[in-house]
Amino acid sequence: MAQRKTIIKRFRMFARVISFFTSLRLTVACLLMAIVLVFVGTLAQVKLGLYATQTQYFQSLFVYWSPEGKDWKIPVWPGGWLLGGALLVNLIAAHLKRFRFTWKKSGIFLIHFGLIALLLGQFLTEVFQVESFMVIPNGGTKNFSEDGRKHELAIVDITDAQQDKVVAIPEAMVAAKGEIKDPQLPFTIRVKEFFANSTPVVPTTQPEGKRFTASQGFARQMGLEERPTTGKMSDENKPAALVEVAAESGPIGDWGVSSWLTKHGQKDRLLDFQVKRGMPSDSLADYPQKFTHAGRTYVIALRPVRYYKPYSIELLKFTHARYKGTDIPKDFSSHIRLRNAQTGEDRQILIYMNNPLRYGGETYFQGGFLEADAGTILQVVRNPAWLTPYFACIVVGLGLLVQFSMHFFGFLKKSGGRRSAAPAKKSKTAEPELAPMGAAFAAQGVDASLSRKRRNS
Amino acid sequence: MKKYFSWIVAAVFAAWIVSGIRPPKNPTDFKLDEFGRLPVLANGRIQPLDSFARNTLLSIHGTQTVRPSTNDPAQTRILSAREWLLEVMANPEQADKRRIFRIESLDLRNLLGAREGRLGQLAQNELAPKLDEVIKGAQQLLKMEEDTGREPQLRNGYERDLMHLYQSMIMYKRLKNAIQPEDGRDFKAELKIFREAIPPALAALQQHQAGNFESARTNESIQLLSTFMGRYQDMTRWGHPMLAPPLNPKADRDAWSSIATNLLQAMRSAEFHPAIDYFAAMGSAWRENNPADFNKAVSDYQGWLVQHGLGAEMSKGKTEFFFNHLEPFYKTTLIYVVALLLGCGFWLNFAPWLRKSAYSLVILAFVLHTAGLIFRMWLEGRPPVTNLYSSAVFVGWGAVLLGIILERFYPEGIGVVTASCVGFITLIIAHNLALGGDTMEMMRAVLDTNVWLATHVVIIHIGYAATFLAGFLGLIYIARGFFTRTLSQETAKGLVRMAYGTICFATLFTFVGTVLGGLWADQSWGRFWGWDPKENGALLIVLANATLLHARWGGMIRDRGLMAFTIFGNIITAWSWFGTNMLGVGLHSYGFMDKGFKWLVIFVASQVAFTLIATVPVRYWRSFQDNAGESPRDGGANPSNSAITDATPAAPFR
Repeated sequence: MAQRKTIIKRFRMFARVISFFTSLRLTVACLLMAIVLVFVGTLAQVKLGLYATQTQYFQSLFVYWSPEGKDWKIPVWPGGWLLGGALLVNLIAAHLKRFRFTWKKSGIFLIHFGLIALLLGQFLTEVFQVESFMVIPNGGTKNFSEDGRKHELAIVDITDAQQDKVVAIPEAMVAAKGEIKDPQLPFTIRVKEFFANSTPVVPTTQPEGKRFTASQGFARQMGLEERPTTGKMSDENKPAALVEVAAESGPIGDWGVSSWLTKHGQKDRLLDFQVKRGMPSDSLADYPQKFTHAGRTYVIALRPVRYYKPYSIELLKFTHARYKGTDIPKDFSSHIRLRNAQTGEDRQILIYMNNPLRYGGETYFQGGFLEADAGTILQVVRNPAWLTPYFACIVVGLGLLVQFSMHFFGFLKKSGGRRSAAPAKKSKTAEPELAPMGAAFAAQGVDASLSRKRRNS
Repeated sequence: MKKYFSWIVAAVFAAWIVSGIRPPKNPTDFKLDEFGRLPVLANGRIQPLDSFARNTLLSIHGTQTVRPSTNDPAQTRILSAREWLLEVMANPEQADKRRIFRIESLDLRNLLGAREGRLGQLAQNELAPKLDEVIKGAQQLLKMEEDTGREPQLRNGYERDLMHLYQSMIMYKRLKNAIQPEDGRDFKAELKIFREAIPPALAALQQHQAGNFESARTNESIQLLSTFMGRYQDMTRWGHPMLAPPLNPKADRDAWSSIATNLLQAMRSAEFHPAIDYFAAMGSAWRENNPADFNKAVSDYQGWLVQHGLGAEMSKGKTEFFFNHLEPFYKTTLIYVVALLLGCGFWLNFAPWLRKSAYSLVILAFVLHTAGLIFRMWLEGRPPVTNLYSSAVFVGWGAVLLGIILERFYPEGIGVVTASCVGFITLIIAHNLALGGDTMEMMRAVLDTNVWLATHVVIIHIGYAATFLAGFLGLIYIARGFFTRTLSQETAKGLVRMAYGTICFATLFTFVGTVLGGLWADQSWGRFWGWDPKENGALLIVLANATLLHARWGGMIRDRGLMAFTIFGNIITAWSWFGTNMLGVGLHSYGFMDKGFKWLVIFVASQVAFTLIATVPVRYWRSFQDNAGESPRDGGANPSNSAITDATPAAPFR
């Protein structure tokens, strides 16, 4: 008896869980919370910038709040992944529980199926998408793209003129400071200082002992100072580190390394800074920073993470047209030549706004251009889920169309019949008369029929 | 008589519209209309001088005409924009006396001594003593913004006005240097001397090159020529707009240039671009008040244009001039107002002729609205929505169309009132957006794709229109139900059904439009969804509409809740449409507008107020007081009856 009771109890619990996850109230609650999240997440962009907002509000389980200057944080609102996930579970559960296919419901089914695809696709995109940039000066050729945000400490053995040997140390390892050893390197790297973001300063203005200074390379004359990190679209973090290289026999030297020297646009700004402050501008002359050890020559640099391709892209011509007599851009386009030694491909392509190149699982967009139109910046996106929204759009559109036309024509037929039969008086029965477009959606009942059942029970 | 009233009203307004098709009357013997049709390249596109004049005057002055100023008794007539432009270009001393610079900020008005009137308006000659202060102030502001990286949209009222004045003054100076140096008197005569000075000067220069420096130093013709050179170099610095058409249009149709550049060019080649002479002749004839010469110069120039293969530009000028003169959206606005008044009148006494008249006027206005949109599309060679201005015109159009459909199905005046109300408001918004300048500006590279403009942009704006329409139905429900006794049960239910249907329609369009926007973003920026403010705005509308429908289907809200929720839709749509552009962040901030913020706040506040009213218990609603027991909401205490009294199905799947 007692056993039976517990079974019933369990069953009721289970039923309650099921009805929670399949309930329309959950849908509405999630949608309402999503409205608040999206709105607040939009406003937050003004202060935080787009990138930080994305990660904190939309690509997270919770939105956290933490008081100014404190370490702890508390979740205050469900984040995008939690709400999206809840809606997904809700949708799937409701369909599993209630769905019985009839032609009348085919539209509803398609709409919700498309929505599931859309939500899943967006999640996959947010997890797997890799975005990088390929900066090519006019006439130049590149076989790698660079990450927009992530950096690496690269030690490149350039002794062999034919092939470079690269050892890349991720930014996180550099940020942890301390010693870094790699079996491929005959020496140890010691990170003495790391800034996640930095700005140039005149070294003499920095307090003694806190100076960003090195005995070799650019940091002999140029100082850098730590800055809070940024999440703005229009800005980027410029990491910097002081590293010392030492072999077993003794120290080889120390260098200041930074994206200021390696990322496009930043070096020009650094030069600008030096010119404006009347500093000697030859500190960048010995870039890239090199040293030799045991007969081999190495380059040391903190640079954007590189993604190498099995093909190369040459910029034949970048065009930036403006409307006559104005600064309004009329056209940006990059005329490129793509060469793939593996496949023997060698062809010319024009990439322009709204007309990207899709190649090798990646998409190349006209993303920007170098100062004075000296070259192009191609945005490179690798997104295995890029087709899902196209697919979802077609499915949902089809579903809406089916649902819409089925009921719109039904309405026309009905209202036509009623008009001829009883033109003067409107029926006062319970039969609700729907506006034509409403009729299309009146069939939406998968969720609603459940809630009615629940109320009845 | 009343039977035919609606026809008479419609006929009167139709006649008024048709009267606009006739070419405008010139106030004097000068053929200013022909002058206004002449093509010019400004803002990156070929347009008639009339458009250029209107847009320039609109951005400087805020209106398309200039009223006589009180400071100059000689000014008696209202000037059209084209006449004002001609005066600025040809007779700047006279133009300097016209009060065209608009100053709204009180601080700036006090500083400049423009305290008269509601809006401070000053003439160039009144501003002259303070000129340096304005320039200094504006340049300081620009420098500060550059140094600190402060965004221009953070300017306060004073700074905004200062910058506006500064830019207006620059624009004005450019116009003054468009066809002659601004201090030129009789430019035709000046040109004659200039022309005669060139050959001897060139000869003397050749001698100079041969080594005869003494003659070069003392040669009067070289001295004279260098004076001219100084003058025209000054003029080139301003050089706006590009009045001189390409001499070889077959080679390069875009090779328009300013008169000043051509004057300098003539110095080298001794060959004069014909446009220089034609415009000089027009200018001098205008100064000397000689209509015959002016008209001849204009028609000669037209003849030259056609002869030199610029017929297409000529006809573009003519067509756009016609469009400007027809002013379809201005007339549409007025008709919507009349229709709105008639429609509201109908609710007061329910006289059918009032509703019929309002209905016929809305249809008439809609026809004109449509004609205007199509005309614009044809002029631009673009789908209907290309910028914020045209989006306002189009959203109004869409809402009116839906309103007319509603009125056909439910002839109770509701469709008419909402249609005319939304139509009127959106066109007023459009009018204010047009103050920013040319509304047919060229499309930036990323927007330069008719495929996406025709699909994503059009569909999403129909979605906006439908959401607004539903929101206005909600407003009517609350306004009539709470404040008046005119809302019968029957009408209340009709309203709810209409709102429900419209929301369904809106959901369809906002969803499809938003997803299409994502696909466009995937094509041009490499991601389907980037959480950009404008994208989020569109998503908010979809979410709000979806919430409303699901809450309704789940029985969580009933009629009154549904109507209150549609008003919430108004807020979200206004935010998505304009609010997101005011944030100044994101990829869509090309449609920036700073002055609208105040109005957005007022709108949102009013909508919140209506939503609050909707929460007042039904027994306080004037329309429902008599029969509170069977109010259109939940049928009193027994919720199980609600499905019967609700106008839309709680569980629509039967």
